[in-house]
Amino acid sequence: MLTILFDGIAYGMLLFILAVGLAVTMGLMNFINLAHGAFAMVGGYITVLLMQRLGVPFLLCLPAAFIGAGLLGGVLERTLYRPLYHKPHLDQVLFSIGLTFMAVASVDYFVGSTQQIVQLPEWLKGRTELGDGAWMLGMGHYRLFIIAVCAALTVALQYILTKTRFGSRLRASVDDQRVAAGLGINVNAVFLSTFAVGSGLAGLGGALGADVLGMDPTFPLKFMIYFLIVVAVGGTSSITGPLLAALLLGIADVAGKYYIPKLGAFIVYSLMIVILVWRPQGLFVRKGGKA
Amino acid sequence: MSVDSKPNILLASRRWRWWEVVLWAAALASPWALSSHALIINEIAIVALFALSLDIILGYTGIVSLGHAAFFGMGAYSAALFAKHVMPDPLVGMAVGIGTATVLGAICSVTIQRGTDLTRLMVTLGVGLILMELANKLDWLTGGADGLQGVMMGPVLGRFEFDLYGQVAAWYSLCILLVVFVLARRFVGSPFGATLKAIRDNRLRAMAIGIPVASRLAVAYTVAAGAAGAAGALLAQTSGFASLDVFEFHRSADVMLVLVIGGVGWLYGGVAGALIFKLMQDFISNITPQYWTFWIGLFLVVLVLVGRERLVRPWTWFSAQKNKTGGAA
Repeated sequence: MLTILFDGIAYGMLLFILAVGLAVTMGLMNFINLAHGAFAMVGGYITVLLMQRLGVPFLLCLPAAFIGAGLLGGVLERTLYRPLYHKPHLDQVLFSIGLTFMAVASVDYFVGSTQQIVQLPEWLKGRTELGDGAWMLGMGHYRLFIIAVCAALTVALQYILTKTRFGSRLRASVDDQRVAAGLGINVNAVFLSTFAVGSGLAGLGGALGADVLGMDPTFPLKFMIYFLIVVAVGGTSSITGPLLAALLLGIADVAGKYYIPKLGAFIVYSLMIVILVWRPQGLFVRKGGKA
Repeated sequence: MSVDSKPNILLASRRWRWWEVVLWAAALASPWALSSHALIINEIAIVALFALSLDIILGYTGIVSLGHAAFFGMGAYSAALFAKHVMPDPLVGMAVGIGTATVLGAICSVTIQRGTDLTRLMVTLGVGLILMELANKLDWLTGGADGLQGVMMGPVLGRFEFDLYGQVAAWYSLCILLVVFVLARRFVGSPFGATLKAIRDNRLRAMAIGIPVASRLAVAYTVAAGAAGAAGALLAQTSGFASLDVFEFHRSADVMLVLVIGGVGWLYGGVAGALIFKLMQDFISNITPQYWTFWIGLFLVVLVLVGRERLVRPWTWFSAQKNKTGGAA
């Protein structure tokens, strides 16, 4: 049972890293970006290809995935996303679905539709077990690694968001874009860097998750719903909301699939619908911010 | 006097124009005139009906839905199951398909009442995924991932057998499309439809002038679900097959694209969009069968960047961009 909890937490942490960029950009620009998974896929494929074709070690691939996806995100934000911030949501949905379709088909074309396998280094392959019986805790080293990396990132993000100057600018822009611009904050630059970092984090999440989640061209479509659940349930006004939502989702999903495999995905989707009907703005909403 | 002599806008917009009659006559004649293309005419009619149903909620009520395939699939599976286990008559099966989808729509209409666009997007998407999981897991009933096979349809009205070339199927689909279209036209042209548009344009003001927003949204959603069920039932009946594909996410996305190509908030938008989309799909998938989603995606991106009002109205390409928010948005 503890093992399931552990796996769920690892999964949830991974989802958080994948989705946090989406939460921030959605709160910041009120932009419904269904193409977020595509950035994660880019990160995942950068890792896979670097390792397979060039033999780059795993640990070096992670920053490469971050930078690659982040650069791509920055370029796309500047060229394609920016004109759409003030368009209706329908346009944004259509645009980002289109982008996702293009990403799926391009990866299919260039790399092939088979699932990619990541060769983990030896020291991440093992598994440690503590205790015994019903309370046995089996920890895969790789999952431990994921939790460690994601926890470090979460702390860093929280620090940047609450303690640095950039963080206060970002929060000001999320709360009220126009007033923030009036106070001399370069909102466009804040948007651009946030979007790039968010995409980069998605790329990093994709790289980390390539082994756990499986990496094939349909990745953005398969996991789009999970990212959106994290954001919709967690709310977009803080990063603790999405974190808790991601952990909840990860644990519910792993436990659901383990205990009642026949119902598998129902639990997650039904839970989401119930929560959203009950609290349409998300579970963890900060009062006072812009709706 | 002055009030009475003004033409009633609501009534005027409901009157049938001559070109509409010509259009429908041409549509009904098409399976006969283009008999070798009857299969694709049938597909176009089904997609048009599906897009029409989405238009009722997206174009007229302003609900952004990514899970409309839920009702499409519900109609398809219930029509197919009914034909397989109860009776093979298409029209009764159609009624069953519409009925179940309507019930499902009525149940789901509670979920779309509150929250932002994002919330609704998520909830509709979730309903679609739940139904897909259901159809997948209840394999004793639906055949699971293999699809529901062995559906034999009886002749339409007891006389017209479905033939291999799809002529009867095309006529059948076109007739159902016409019936639903006429009903939908009445529906959106009625005072009730006008209140829906008021809700779409400004929900707060609509509430302030005394429109019961919640019940109107629920009714519109339910009606749209029923129409989508009709489209699904048509697909299952004319192909004699129902598979998990009817619930797929890309079906919801495609139908949104179809509607947007043709124009949102305009009943002929779905029909025009279906025509363009299907012909385009046919054309592109002949060239690259595997990668045609790339071109669809590119098309979507360009469509949005150029502006969807402008793309479907070529005469605005060269004039100054004055009225950006005009049209149906």
